[in-house]
Amino acid sequence: MSADAGSVSAAGVPLERSQRARRKRADAVAGSGEVLRDGAGWGSRAALALDHTWRDESGFIGWLRTNDHKRIGKRFVVTAFLFFCAAGILAAVMRMQLASPDNHVVGPDFYDQLFTMHGTTMMFIFAVPIMQGMGVYLVPLMVGTRNTAFPRMTACAYWLYLLGALSLWFGFAINTGADAGWFAYVPLAGPQYGIGKRADVWNNLINLTEAMGLMVAVDIATVILKMRAPGMSLRRMPLFVWASLVASMMIIFAMPSVMLAANLAQFDRTFSTHFFNPAEGGDVLIWQHLFWFFGHPEVYFIFIPALGFVSTIIPTFARRPMFGHSAVVLSLIATGFLAFGLWVHHMFATNLPELGKSFFTAMSFMIAIPTAAQIFCWIATLWTGRISLRVPLLFVLGFFAILVLGGLTGIMVGAVPFDLQVHDSYFVVAHLHYVLIGGAVFPLFGAFFYWFPKFTGRMLDERLGRWQFWLFFVGFNVAFFPMHMLGLQGMPRRIYTYGAETGWGTLNLIATIGAVVIAASVLLFVVNFVRSLAKGALAGDNPWGAGTLEWATHSPPPAFNFVALPVVASREPLWVREADEPTHVSGLSAQTREGLVTTVLDALPDVRYSYPSPTVWPFIAAVTVVIWLFWSNITPSGMYYGLIPPAIAFVAWYWPSRKETAEELLLQRRP
Amino acid sequence: MNTSRSPTAAPADGDAPEDKAMRRRRQSTPASIPAVRRGDALDVANLPSYGFGTRSLMWWGTAGMSAIEGMGFALMIVAYFYLKSRSHLWPNEGGPPDLLWGTVNLGLACLSAIPNVLADKAANDHDLRKVRIWLVVFVIFGLALLGVRWLEFTALNVRWDASAYGSAVWVLLGLHTFNLVTNYADSLVVAAVVFKGPLDGKRFVDVAENAGYWWFIVLTWIPVYAVVYWGPRV
Amino acid sequence: MIGGLHDVLMPAGAQAQAILALWHWLLPICTLVFVAIMAALWLAVRRAPRVAQDDTPDVSSLFEREPKVTRTVWIAVAVSTVLLLALLAASVFTDRAIARLPLANALHIELTGYQWWWAVRYDDADPSRIFTTANELHVPVGRPVIVSLAGADVIHSFWVPSLHGKKDLIPGRDATVSFRADRPGIYRGQCAEYCGYQHAHMVLYVVADAPDVYERWAAQQRKPAVAPVNDEQARGRDLFVAKSCAMCHAINGTSAQARNAPDLTHVASRMTIGAGTLENSVSARAAWILDPQQFKPGAKMPGENLAPEELAALNAYLGSLS
Repeated sequence: MSADAGSVSAAGVPLERSQRARRKRADAVAGSGEVLRDGAGWGSRAALALDHTWRDESGFIGWLRTNDHKRIGKRFVVTAFLFFCAAGILAAVMRMQLASPDNHVVGPDFYDQLFTMHGTTMMFIFAVPIMQGMGVYLVPLMVGTRNTAFPRMTACAYWLYLLGALSLWFGFAINTGADAGWFAYVPLAGPQYGIGKRADVWNNLINLTEAMGLMVAVDIATVILKMRAPGMSLRRMPLFVWASLVASMMIIFAMPSVMLAANLAQFDRTFSTHFFNPAEGGDVLIWQHLFWFFGHPEVYFIFIPALGFVSTIIPTFARRPMFGHSAVVLSLIATGFLAFGLWVHHMFATNLPELGKSFFTAMSFMIAIPTAAQIFCWIATLWTGRISLRVPLLFVLGFFAILVLGGLTGIMVGAVPFDLQVHDSYFVVAHLHYVLIGGAVFPLFGAFFYWFPKFTGRMLDERLGRWQFWLFFVGFNVAFFPMHMLGLQGMPRRIYTYGAETGWGTLNLIATIGAVVIAASVLLFVVNFVRSLAKGALAGDNPWGAGTLEWATHSPPPAFNFVALPVVASREPLWVREADEPTHVSGLSAQTREGLVTTVLDALPDVRYSYPSPTVWPFIAAVTVVIWLFWSNITPSGMYYGLIPPAIAFVAWYWPSRKETAEELLLQRRP
Repeated sequence: MNTSRSPTAAPADGDAPEDKAMRRRRQSTPASIPAVRRGDALDVANLPSYGFGTRSLMWWGTAGMSAIEGMGFALMIVAYFYLKSRSHLWPNEGGPPDLLWGTVNLGLACLSAIPNVLADKAANDHDLRKVRIWLVVFVIFGLALLGVRWLEFTALNVRWDASAYGSAVWVLLGLHTFNLVTNYADSLVVAAVVFKGPLDGKRFVDVAENAGYWWFIVLTWIPVYAVVYWGPRV
Repeated sequence: MIGGLHDVLMPAGAQAQAILALWHWLLPICTLVFVAIMAALWLAVRRAPRVAQDDTPDVSSLFEREPKVTRTVWIAVAVSTVLLLALLAASVFTDRAIARLPLANALHIELTGYQWWWAVRYDDADPSRIFTTANELHVPVGRPVIVSLAGADVIHSFWVPSLHGKKDLIPGRDATVSFRADRPGIYRGQCAEYCGYQHAHMVLYVVADAPDVYERWAAQQRKPAVAPVNDEQARGRDLFVAKSCAMCHAINGTSAQARNAPDLTHVASRMTIGAGTLENSVSARAAWILDPQQFKPGAKMPGENLAPEELAALNAYLGSLS
């Protein structure tokens, strides 16, 4: 091959240096000027070319520019988990303060920041992002494609999320932490009573994390609907993918509510609007409506992906497909819809009309039915299966016990008269932790143990896992069960201390001890993680003998995910091979980043899609957006001038490069 | 099959109007070219490298964004009526916004559908010349819309900090304006690329998707107009 | 420090009693469901054969139906639905029972929530019988009480667990809650909506007395402040009016008529000061006046730098205001 042929693309456009070098390697590998296409197996020329094409540059720049969904997904998960630990430490400090009456570990101002930061971090920075992050990693693998649909958008979303989270904690570090509760009710968070910049810090966080959530939700929903492997009709889609789809759709319709609310509150603070000011025609309660219209679905976009984890782990460890697969799908969808009709149950103590409140009791009870259906299907799967009781399944069993208890106290607080007693008391603190930790964190740890081998190629230690599980299970119940009693004994939420005459001391002390045990269990997980990363047993492609597509490739998967995209002919592609069906896709380019778009219902191959290349512009765009946000907090003119850098960044992000256009023209076929 | 035609080439002479319409339909029909079975493999090398309408991923991304922003509008409109239901006098002072500029803008927005639809059609036909013409017309229209929107704000007859009514009106109109401005900026960029290049077939999809998103701007303008201008009058 | 009764499970009034009746449905049914599900799960895990991880999965369910299991699951869903409907009915019935408290001859109280104290105003058709106090309600046993709730600054919530469920005090939205104490006693309540720094120290006591005891208390509260009986008390009163106390606190019968802080006309008759922060004793009052921030940091009352005998005089005067 002459050097000239490698320096100019087929369309006559000069190539850049690095692309020239890559082209030379790929050409040498291909052996001819024609585009090399995939379809051959591991070790083939196509596989080598795929690796060259998809592998990120090494070093910091490659890390910054990546749009590999696996790297971005891991970023979300690791970042969210670190913030989980940080928020957990805040909770430990709160428990120290509450361990005995009239304690002086912290004062009221700091305590108010503690519970606000704990709730805000757990809900906005840990729970939703980690579920989305697991989705970003797993969904493309589970549906058999090479990347998400809008990888640059998801890359940008991560930076918005990180900068938002850091800004919240920075505020905390300089004694300007949000302190009006994770739900920031007005008037306490409003311009008159929310002094200083604390509520502004919270409002900014909402804008950034919710923008992230929306961007990732659109990406995941699009991958699921349009990029599934050929043959993976909706009926054959795995349950975790269904859960991610339902959660993403819910996010799209619920998150705008809290973004609107936070921005209206910010306008009240910065521009003296009167949305929440009763003296000028505003209303205090509309904040609660807008917040909880988001807030109730939010707990479901944390819970539903976790249900997806459970629905994936149980079949693998019961060695049979899920019983009632269709019922589980319908239950997920029903839960997604019903979740939008419950929000007033957070407002039962307000002066809303009683008949209206009873409607929301009925709806709150109704949503228990699809959840119950799923529980019975899971039990039926275990009952009729053959069980291998490994750590992921152990965490799922823990999930059952804790989530069901939490769900039942949820029924209790769904009843208006009873809720009037226990609303805003420690009974609700107990309920919410039972459903969130039982319903989301236990499945999450199960998911970590289940998918760590796929993410890293090594197994987490089973013995440490069992120790962690039991410490967590026992510690959790010791910490949170007494809180039911404390609520019934009249202890309200969000109080930094209480008198000895209340008699709440003993149960609080017990709860604090439980919190310490929980902390120990999390520490054990971190130790397990670090050790296994270095020295864990090698996993192989499919250590659990599971049936979903992510196990059909190496552990960890190569940058291009699959050497050839799979073709699917059943619900459990790795367990059932149909004899006369095609097994894989061929014909996608191995020298450019190409994937396949399929039809929505039946996943017929439709269009070849060329993925955008890695670039640093999503990062820069995220930074400029954050600067715009803070600039407009400082001065109103920042709202206009601050838009110029993001505008430039987004244009640069979109503007097609000559190199990519040349590659595209080489492979172009008109529809 | 025109597999290697450059996107900048003019359509072939023999294209009668019926063929054009059929081709447009086929271009947005999913799976109109099937994959080829080769042994164990499903070969997709001859599949198109882009498609229009729901075949394009950008359509789905735009639909997602439209759902998000539509939800935002819906909630803001609900908030407007919620606050109205709790007040005795709405607006409590100053009277409703002047009808002139808002109605002019409504008319202009509906008119802007024309260059929009024509740009969309030209994009589907891979007709670069027509795409360029209609995008330029559209950009000029958009400038007029933005200018009239500015005048609308001056004719609202209330400040955003005067009352909850004023706040609601300004934010509702402001939300739409934000969408209008970002979409207009989008259109400017797409127009610039279409003139400056580099070009491949996917840029025509970008033009079509931008046109689709403009529909969202126009269609949300109708209820926002109704609420802002007629909400206080009924 | 007075404890008072504050337990949802120990009702002393009609409303809390009705809610406890609902609890008596909720707890057993939910416990039953929990035990049943856990038993099913435990049985399922126990009886399923144990296999190795690489055991060949049984995929027959992809091709064949499982009628028996399907029927069982349907039955379980149906039973759950029926139980939920029963609980819904119980909830609705309880709602109605609460709404039907007979309100004939009710006492009318206006409760306003401030950061971090309660203004209590006893309403009456006859204006001469209206009086104001703070942080402590006295009610006659067996007579319904209608409380109008107003939020002055941020959202607060009125909650006395042994008497009734809670109701929020929301600025710009007036609400009402009705209850009836059926047994004499001291019932403790606490603000139940996070309202800022000292949300933890916004206690409200409800003292239920026999009707004649209540009437005596009310009659005393209606009178203006007790006049000083000696020089020290007189000095105390003069200090009260001259220093910053009178800028916020009212004492009927003096020129101090501000309403920004608790009414002190009969402060010595109350069990606590600072809305439940300290017991109402001589030493506690003295320490509080000197530096309230020591006990309730963030409270809106500033400290007062008084000489010891000034403090003693003021304290003696306040201690006489029964």
